[in-house]
Amino acid sequence: MKGGSASSGGTDAPSNSSSSSRTKKPKYSKFTQQELPACKPILTPGYVIMIFTAVGVIFIPVGLFSLFASESVVEIVDRYDIDCVPSNYSSNMLAYIQSTATNKTCTRSLNITKEMKSPVFIYYQLDNFYQNHRRYVKSRSDKQLRSRKYESDTKDCAPEATSKGFPIVPCGLTAWSLFNDTYGFSVKNKALEVSKKNIAWKSDKGHKFGSDVYPKNFQTGELIGGGKLNSSIPLSEQDDLIVWMRTAALPSFRKLYGKIEVDLQVNDQVTVVIQNNYNTYSFGGKKKVVLSTTSWIGGKNDFLGIAYLTVGGLCLFLAISFILVYVAKPRPLGDPTYLSWNRNPAGN
Amino acid sequence: MDSRSGIENSPDIESNFNTSSRRSVSSIHLKASHENSIRESSLSHSGSKPVRYGSRGADLEAFSVSQKEINEDDARLVYVNDPVKTNENFEYAGNSIQTGKYSVFTFLPKNLFEQFHRVAYIYFLVIAVLNQLPQLAVFGRGASILPLAFVLLVTAIKDAYEDYRRHRSDRIENNRLAWVLVNDQFQQKKWKEIQVGDIVKVHANETLPCDIVLLSTSDPTGVAYVQTINLDGESNLKTRYAKQETLLKVPEKDGISGLIKCEKPSRNIYGFQANTEVDGKRLSLGPSNIVLRGCELKNTSWALGVAVYAGRETKVMLNSSGAPSKRSWLEIRMNAEIIKLSIFLIALCAIVSVLAAIWLKHHNDELDYMPFYRRKDFSDADGKVDNYNYYGWGVEIVLTFLMSVIVFQIMIPISLYISMELVRAGQAYFMIQDTEMFDEASHSRFQCRALNINEDLGQIKYVFSDKTGTLTENKMEFQCASIWGVDYSGGKASSQNELGGYSVKVDGKVLSPKMKVKVDLDLLRLARSGQNTEEGKHVQNFFLALAACNTIVPLVIDTSDPNVKLIDYQGESPDEQALVYAAAAYGFMLIERTSGHIVIDVQGERQRFSVLGLHEFDSDRKRMSVILGCPDKNVILFVKGADTTMFSVTNKTLNMNIIRATEEHLHAYSSLGLRTLVVGARELSASEFEQWQSSFEAASTAIIGRAASLRKVASNVENNLCLLGASGIEDKLQKGVPEAIESLRTAGIKVWVLTGDKQETAISIGYSSKLLTSEMKQIIINSNSKESCRKKLDESLVTVSGLSHGSGVSSGAGVRPVALIIDGTSLVYILDSELEEQINYLELQLFQLAKKCSVVLCCRVAPLQKAGIVALVKSRSPDMTLAIGDGANDVSMIQMADVGVGISGQEGRQAVMASDFAMGQFRFLVPLLLVHGHWNYQRMGYMILYNFYRNAVFVLILFWYVLYTCFTLTTAINEWSSVLYSVIYTSLPTIVLAILDKDLSRRTLLKYPQLYGAGHRQECYNSKLFWLTMMDTFWQSVAVFFIPLLAYWKSTIDVSSIGDLWTLAIVILVNTHLAMDVIRWNWVIHAAIWGSIFATFICVIVIDAIPSLRYYWAIFHVAGTGIFWLCLLLIIIAALVPRLVVKFLYQYYNPSDVQIAREFEKFRIPRESEAGQIEMNPRDDPPLR
Repeated sequence: MKGGSASSGGTDAPSNSSSSSRTKKPKYSKFTQQELPACKPILTPGYVIMIFTAVGVIFIPVGLFSLFASESVVEIVDRYDIDCVPSNYSSNMLAYIQSTATNKTCTRSLNITKEMKSPVFIYYQLDNFYQNHRRYVKSRSDKQLRSRKYESDTKDCAPEATSKGFPIVPCGLTAWSLFNDTYGFSVKNKALEVSKKNIAWKSDKGHKFGSDVYPKNFQTGELIGGGKLNSSIPLSEQDDLIVWMRTAALPSFRKLYGKIEVDLQVNDQVTVVIQNNYNTYSFGGKKKVVLSTTSWIGGKNDFLGIAYLTVGGLCLFLAISFILVYVAKPRPLGDPTYLSWNRNPAGN
Repeated sequence: MDSRSGIENSPDIESNFNTSSRRSVSSIHLKASHENSIRESSLSHSGSKPVRYGSRGADLEAFSVSQKEINEDDARLVYVNDPVKTNENFEYAGNSIQTGKYSVFTFLPKNLFEQFHRVAYIYFLVIAVLNQLPQLAVFGRGASILPLAFVLLVTAIKDAYEDYRRHRSDRIENNRLAWVLVNDQFQQKKWKEIQVGDIVKVHANETLPCDIVLLSTSDPTGVAYVQTINLDGESNLKTRYAKQETLLKVPEKDGISGLIKCEKPSRNIYGFQANTEVDGKRLSLGPSNIVLRGCELKNTSWALGVAVYAGRETKVMLNSSGAPSKRSWLEIRMNAEIIKLSIFLIALCAIVSVLAAIWLKHHNDELDYMPFYRRKDFSDADGKVDNYNYYGWGVEIVLTFLMSVIVFQIMIPISLYISMELVRAGQAYFMIQDTEMFDEASHSRFQCRALNINEDLGQIKYVFSDKTGTLTENKMEFQCASIWGVDYSGGKASSQNELGGYSVKVDGKVLSPKMKVKVDLDLLRLARSGQNTEEGKHVQNFFLALAACNTIVPLVIDTSDPNVKLIDYQGESPDEQALVYAAAAYGFMLIERTSGHIVIDVQGERQRFSVLGLHEFDSDRKRMSVILGCPDKNVILFVKGADTTMFSVTNKTLNMNIIRATEEHLHAYSSLGLRTLVVGARELSASEFEQWQSSFEAASTAIIGRAASLRKVASNVENNLCLLGASGIEDKLQKGVPEAIESLRTAGIKVWVLTGDKQETAISIGYSSKLLTSEMKQIIINSNSKESCRKKLDESLVTVSGLSHGSGVSSGAGVRPVALIIDGTSLVYILDSELEEQINYLELQLFQLAKKCSVVLCCRVAPLQKAGIVALVKSRSPDMTLAIGDGANDVSMIQMADVGVGISGQEGRQAVMASDFAMGQFRFLVPLLLVHGHWNYQRMGYMILYNFYRNAVFVLILFWYVLYTCFTLTTAINEWSSVLYSVIYTSLPTIVLAILDKDLSRRTLLKYPQLYGAGHRQECYNSKLFWLTMMDTFWQSVAVFFIPLLAYWKSTIDVSSIGDLWTLAIVILVNTHLAMDVIRWNWVIHAAIWGSIFATFICVIVIDAIPSLRYYWAIFHVAGTGIFWLCLLLIIIAALVPRLVVKFLYQYYNPSDVQIAREFEKFRIPRESEAGQIEMNPRDDPPLR
């Protein structure tokens, strides 16, 4: 493809070549002669065994630590989406949730199996909810959220862009489907205060959601998707919305609802009063309320610990088997007898 | 029909068309069917003076000028000195040249058009266009075009720079000044303003601005000497003639006018035909009347001519197209893998579409209100409920498929194409910079003329080499002579102590030959003793013959000392030059040659001989002769030629003993590898001369069959010769050739030598270059018919297979290597393509035979046969071929082979112009192939595999994520990172590695040429490696994707954060993967790899620091947690463990040669001391370094 251009035109080429033939010898330097000082590591059995042993030695303790950390986390999960539907509606949960007349209050009792040190994080967990669905992810306007100037910038927000011709703030499916179940907690009939402070990212509150942007025309359409917003509070203060707008990566996700700033003792019965408003029944989603402490590794997840232990163990095992294999069947490095032309002289 | 001009103008002064005839008088021109097919009479005619400097080429096709009328329609009419009229009807090109492809305005469209010739680019364009459709817009519009735009921009900048350089050189060229006749006065004009029809005056040492027909020159006989080095690279002078009729006109006064009717511009630089009318007389013009643009006028103080072709229509410009572009094997091979990847890509897209289809079908009832789908759009003010962005099940599936193609597009690595170009440029830079491929003698660097076949150098299996000028220096040196049956080759004296011996005083100035020759003291004494002894007389006659019987033109060159001048012998044949220098050294110095006579200084006494006749060399007679009128009024015929034809015309009755002795000496000379020539003479009686003269005149004025009748005249007079003696000329081997050939052979490369020389010479060169060894079995095929060829081939094949089978497979060490020696005549029959079935059979047989031979020597082959042999091997085997040569006769072979190498040596630049690589010496082939070729192949092979891996792992991660998004092509990795992935995050290390990494040091590679076998065995790029890489890719993508997935399952992680984790994980992983395969870590590689990872962090941070993007601040949140770093570490280790294990086990228990050599290099095993037991086949003397 480049042949033509490399040899260029006729009048050019002879003059080029004659000049190049007159140029002096290429300058010697380590760089131009490709002789830069270099280290040339080789995978010798020693190195390989060392690498695997090192990985094993590092990974197994890390795995154990992670596992311990994960074990130390106390987590209580309660699925309530089915149980909170009265038995007379159990065959038609959709009608129950869509009706404005039905009583949505639901009381659940959670048994604390292990002491939970404050802060106890309250999450709601949704399963089978694809917040990463393409149509969903795209349907929002980050510009509009940031500044009042772009209030009518709703071009990406369909089908929740406008309501009766007026732009919706915040627009789009993402905001429209805002989760609106509420939880009230009490232990031994004493209400636990749920702190909503710092549940959203500071960076989001400070820079992504404008303090001069107020909800407008929100949830005024034919179809109500979820929670409503107090139109006198700017978006930057609407922590629940901000949390919700950080779309989850995976179809099973938790979102921070709030924090309980007191310790929960073993065998405490926590009563949760749930306003079961959010419709997951239409697509078979699940709703769970989660109480969890936290550790340096985050929530309760044994996977990392187990994975570290597995990989570490495997590496140790490999190291040992390499040692055995090396002892059983060594090959001297750089032994010329292994060269192909020495092994079978005829096969050239 | 032609006038009888006083000065003859033969059309073919220089037969550089066919260098093999030029190179050696003794070499034979094979009469293959493709040559001299057209043999019409030449238009040249002899005049009263029977001197001709060249009837030799008369039978060459290129010079045959047809007598038939130039067709009116095809003719170009040039009105002499009337450019206005000339140009008014026809649009002839002006003299300004434009080698630049583009102008400022046309650059963009033209360059884009050219770039989109690549299928890959069209693919990416289609995808970028698809992405612009709103329904399909996966990436932002800008982001989707960026990679393609980047690639196009880089190429465009490169093209623009190249074009700028061309424009600059054009400008310089166009603004040069020349003297042009305007209003009867010569004025200086810029070259670009010269028009066809202008009369141009050129002075000595000036370059011709356009193709001109000579009108007159400073020489009274109308001769002009030109140097055509820019055209065909020949540095010797050529003669051109002005027509007698125009010679005496002075354009300033007489006002020349006339009409030249010539052929349309053509590329043939050796052909020209035209006729003109001057003063009512019609004259024919041939190639000897035209001087081409680019030539330099020498030895002639001025020349005057009419511009007939200008600018782009000049022959040099028509010939300026570059070498045909070749594609590297690796790239062709790579396309197969690209197709596999395409199938893979389509499969991924199909999976996504099918799953999406099932999901949509399954949830069809729920779609309307599903919060994350919401098919219904209620926002219409009229309360009408439409579907939002939903076109029905079928369309949705098609859209999903197209979207997945867009998302997964980088499965086909676009960046690979640009990377490969950059890498090749880098590799070329280092090849050019290699001090060990710099030729001190000619001060020429290595040249990379083709930039796309670097890696092919690592897989060459066959090397086809020219002999003269390639293996040998093409500096002929007179070595010995056999005179009158006496061999003078014994006592060798150096030329140094005899310096004064052969300088001559002329007009108080000392003249001496430019080149010193070693002289034999005995012979020198005899030559000086002169006519006193019988022996001395013969010696004198012999040297007189050498000095006279040639077409050499002596040129006097000034030196720094005004009293000392050097004589430079310019001629077409290096053999003749050597002989004339030798004659000069022995006191027979050719001093002057004019049209009718020569002046020879015989032992200090100037003698003037009139040249009565000259029969040029031709391939039938294989000899040339000259008829001299001596000062003593005797007429002597001197003949010199190849032994085969000379002995048949010598008078055997005279002195049988001498003939026999000479034959013996000749045999001895040729077995020493010397080129031999036999010299004879005969005194012509007056009647004989008369008879010859009349027949010669008749023959040379003949219109039809002139060449044949001239040949007949020559044959008639060249008989009954008295044998004077024979000369032996050494064609010295270039430095390092035997070592180089041995290295190549050890490397498993088959070296074929294709030469125009005769068999004995070829074989002896074969021995001296270590191509042939004494233990080889030689199979010689010299056949004169198809049948005998077939028989011989069959027999040889049986012999050879018997040899290899007889000794058995197990103990193959005992196999005797076989050398095949075949001559051109046999090849004519074998490669003859008239009978379809026959050729296939014979060709096949030859190929089978040649495959089994370790050496093949083809002698007496014509240029096109060379190409035929290369084509034979190329078409019948998948192995890579390389052709190396230095002369015009090698051009076809160089262009035919997979890799063409030109030697920029004696014979000029034609081979270089046609070549892909050019260098100064044959021995540079060893570092070129064994070192650079090996490196380039290894680097490029690895780079391609790595690029496949790098892009596939990314695509697979996107794919896995799609499975968790309802198959809707959402990407967790943000679109900017997707775009930058193959541009910034991962591109530089692989490019740097492919330029700088070395698997083995130069020293090791040169010491063990067998290591070159890695390329033959395709160790660095093959299907197995591809599939292994793909399996590894699969595992690595699983590790990268699923570790975070499981670690963050049911957590509060958001898309941007996990996307950043994946981004960093992939980038660190692929760079670590690359780092694992680095063989030599130097600081550049360190900087590239760690720098890329660092740059990725910076980029991710920058992207996440833009508040208007939804990814805002994600990296800072996620990187603040321990789980993020734990995931990252686990991903890297878990992903690379299998690779490390497999690599280690493979290297340890199934080591390749390269691996062992690497270990050897690193540890320098003490076993070296006991290497006596273990045969390492070390090369005694590494040829370089």
